[in-house]
Amino acid sequence: MSRLEILKTYKIYIGGKFPRTESGRFYTAKNSNGEALANVCLSSRKDFRDAEVAARAAFGDWSSRAAFNRGQILYRIAEMLEGRKAQFMDEVIKQGSSKAAAEAEVALSVDRLIYYAGWCDKFQQLFSAVNPVASSHFNFSVPEPTGVVSIIAPQSTSLIGLVSVIAPVIAGGNTCVVLGSFEKPLCAVTFAEVLNSSDVPGGVVNILTGDPSELAVYFADHMDVNAMVYCEKNAGTQKLIKEKSALNMKRVVIYSDTNWLSEDAQSPYLIQNTQEIKTTWHPVENIGGAKAGY
Amino acid sequence: MAKAKSNTLKLKFDSARNYAPAPESKSAAKINARYDLFINGKFEKPASKKYFATINPATEEKLSEVADANAADVDKAVKAARNAYGKTWKKMPGKERAKYIYRIARMIQERAREFSVIETLDGGKPIRESRDFDVPTAANHFFYYAGWADKLEYAFPNRNAQPLGVAGQIIPWNFPLLMAAWKIAPALATGNTVVLKPAENTPLTALKLADIFQEAELPPGVVNIITGAGATGAAIVNHAGVDKIAFTGSTDVGKIIQKAIAGTGKKATLELGGKAANIIFEDAAIDQAVEGVVNGIFFNQGHVCCAGSRLYVQESVYKEVVRKLKDRLETMIVGDPLDKNTDIGAINSKEQLAIINKYLKIGQAEGAEMYQSSAAIPSKGFFCRPTIFTNVAQSNRIAQEEIFGPVLTIQSFRTDDEVIEKANNTPYGLSAGVWTDKGSKIFNLTTKLRAGVVWANTFNQFDPTSPFGGYKESGYGREGGLHGLYGYVRF
Repeated sequence: MSRLEILKTYKIYIGGKFPRTESGRFYTAKNSNGEALANVCLSSRKDFRDAEVAARAAFGDWSSRAAFNRGQILYRIAEMLEGRKAQFMDEVIKQGSSKAAAEAEVALSVDRLIYYAGWCDKFQQLFSAVNPVASSHFNFSVPEPTGVVSIIAPQSTSLIGLVSVIAPVIAGGNTCVVLGSFEKPLCAVTFAEVLNSSDVPGGVVNILTGDPSELAVYFADHMDVNAMVYCEKNAGTQKLIKEKSALNMKRVVIYSDTNWLSEDAQSPYLIQNTQEIKTTWHPVENIGGAKAGY
Repeated sequence: MAKAKSNTLKLKFDSARNYAPAPESKSAAKINARYDLFINGKFEKPASKKYFATINPATEEKLSEVADANAADVDKAVKAARNAYGKTWKKMPGKERAKYIYRIARMIQERAREFSVIETLDGGKPIRESRDFDVPTAANHFFYYAGWADKLEYAFPNRNAQPLGVAGQIIPWNFPLLMAAWKIAPALATGNTVVLKPAENTPLTALKLADIFQEAELPPGVVNIITGAGATGAAIVNHAGVDKIAFTGSTDVGKIIQKAIAGTGKKATLELGGKAANIIFEDAAIDQAVEGVVNGIFFNQGHVCCAGSRLYVQESVYKEVVRKLKDRLETMIVGDPLDKNTDIGAINSKEQLAIINKYLKIGQAEGAEMYQSSAAIPSKGFFCRPTIFTNVAQSNRIAQEEIFGPVLTIQSFRTDDEVIEKANNTPYGLSAGVWTDKGSKIFNLTTKLRAGVVWANTFNQFDPTSPFGGYKESGYGREGGLHGLYGYVRF
């Protein structure tokens, strides 16, 4: 007698837990032949708001972790992903890729995490400065995470786009709420399982599945989100996001021309896009204008 | 046992300490009766045919009248800038661009006295400030960015930085010449051309700067200076030929700008409002801290977006700080901005004085206790005595909203965590101040305060090499230093 396969329930990921959408809604993800792959949560505005609260709560701890520690945790995500390559390849293939393409995408996703793991404790030195002010002050500028970032992940891929936009945001000490690909949602949920077993504190990355055309406005107009990342060419949505972001001066980052499968799609400048520069001044003692005599 | 001596000496500044007037001469300032628009290297009459007056806020006397640019004038200026961008400025080697910018810096230095006097006449700030801060810092800003023009490949490793095109720049009335320098210098260094609109209350030093551009033989159209009010600014923001908006002003207008340019592909740098916390811990050098608080809130009549307008004092030294602050307030001289003794000059405009007075009423109605110095103020012109509010609640409007005047709120706190939470409890995030003798406490605070500039044991320091700009609703982008180049390039 053949064994009946256990189907996976695709849930969303909020605050380190896997709830279903509070709305009780779902949609059916299909492959290119129109065959059903899974019933997936159709997340609501409330799910986004819950995820934002989790992201804000996690920000203090995550942003004040040692950069070295964040690097180790990103490396750990890559380790976990490497170990589950077969599962991800299986999902990528189900969602329409060839075996070779799936293998390449999953391998590149692991490599991209390793790439950003390495940047965690290095980008600060690239973007910092000790500023030679004319007055008698010590003055330096350093990057700091901007806060909670809402992300609508690239829609054309299931895994590589998602990983490519999450990694630079959390490498820089931000926390985030991410909406995965609508058409190809499977890897977003499975990647949440990887995060959940990688020492990433709950709430640092929150992953939803659902319809970007419904949720984009809420990702953009939430008053306690500091920045938003959007990756599609849709001019109407880009305009909407920029308009709504003006409500609280959200920083808007748009990557509409990026080929996430290319090596050029990774750089420390992507980390910089969700950083703030803080400048600190302190007086330097200068008694009687004495010059150093040594 | 010797009794611990507490520092209770009261500053006494009696009539014996009156200062004789020491006015700066107006003769250094040559102001024309009328100014046209500076477009394509020449002063041109406005298509609108309209002019409006600019007055001296200390005397309410008319100084000059300036053109009111309409959309047709803006279009002309943008076209001139576009033309200059394509034909000369973009193609010019960086080292040659640098020489023009260096020239501008030198010429401002040469004419520093004239600029200082005009800045004080037009804006009401004390001559001591325009002479010792605004004008020299503006010149230094040009000098600093001039040097970047031929070194941009070192600023952005592994990237090819290109100019954006035409920058539309809209600046406020609180530091007219300095803000023009902050905007124009990095734009030119990176190869952009400029259409700049000074504030309608304080257009004169920007128009004087146009004289310098002519004298420096800057190619026509590289910088265009057009005057007008909000409608002129809106025409710049909405002009399809503008590639970048750089704006310093209120958060409300900043939001309107971000909305207006949504979907256009225009880049923006926005330097907006602030409500900075200035925090005094019990181990601080109290006298220095009091001086820092005074500088933090009363510099430029409090017309400073990064002004330290919310003072937080640790409970154990609260009484001492408030008493010393009140004493110090009594010594401040309010009056003729041209007098070299003056500490607090004229409020920039009648409208701004009305806003400040509105907040003084609101503060009292909210139950806060108002204290003003007994300084005499002139009967003509727009003046406001230095003011502090005690018994202030975190939710009071005077502790939440930007007043942009010489008005300080004071609250007490007990623990580090409490004051961090209170300091960050604002939509703004431009600047903050910390006063303590303990280094580890400074770094704890400076890391946790969500603000773009943090001054520790000092306040209101600025330098061309030092990036300035906000977190949260205080805007985005940085001005000054290497980081100030980012807003004017694409890759």
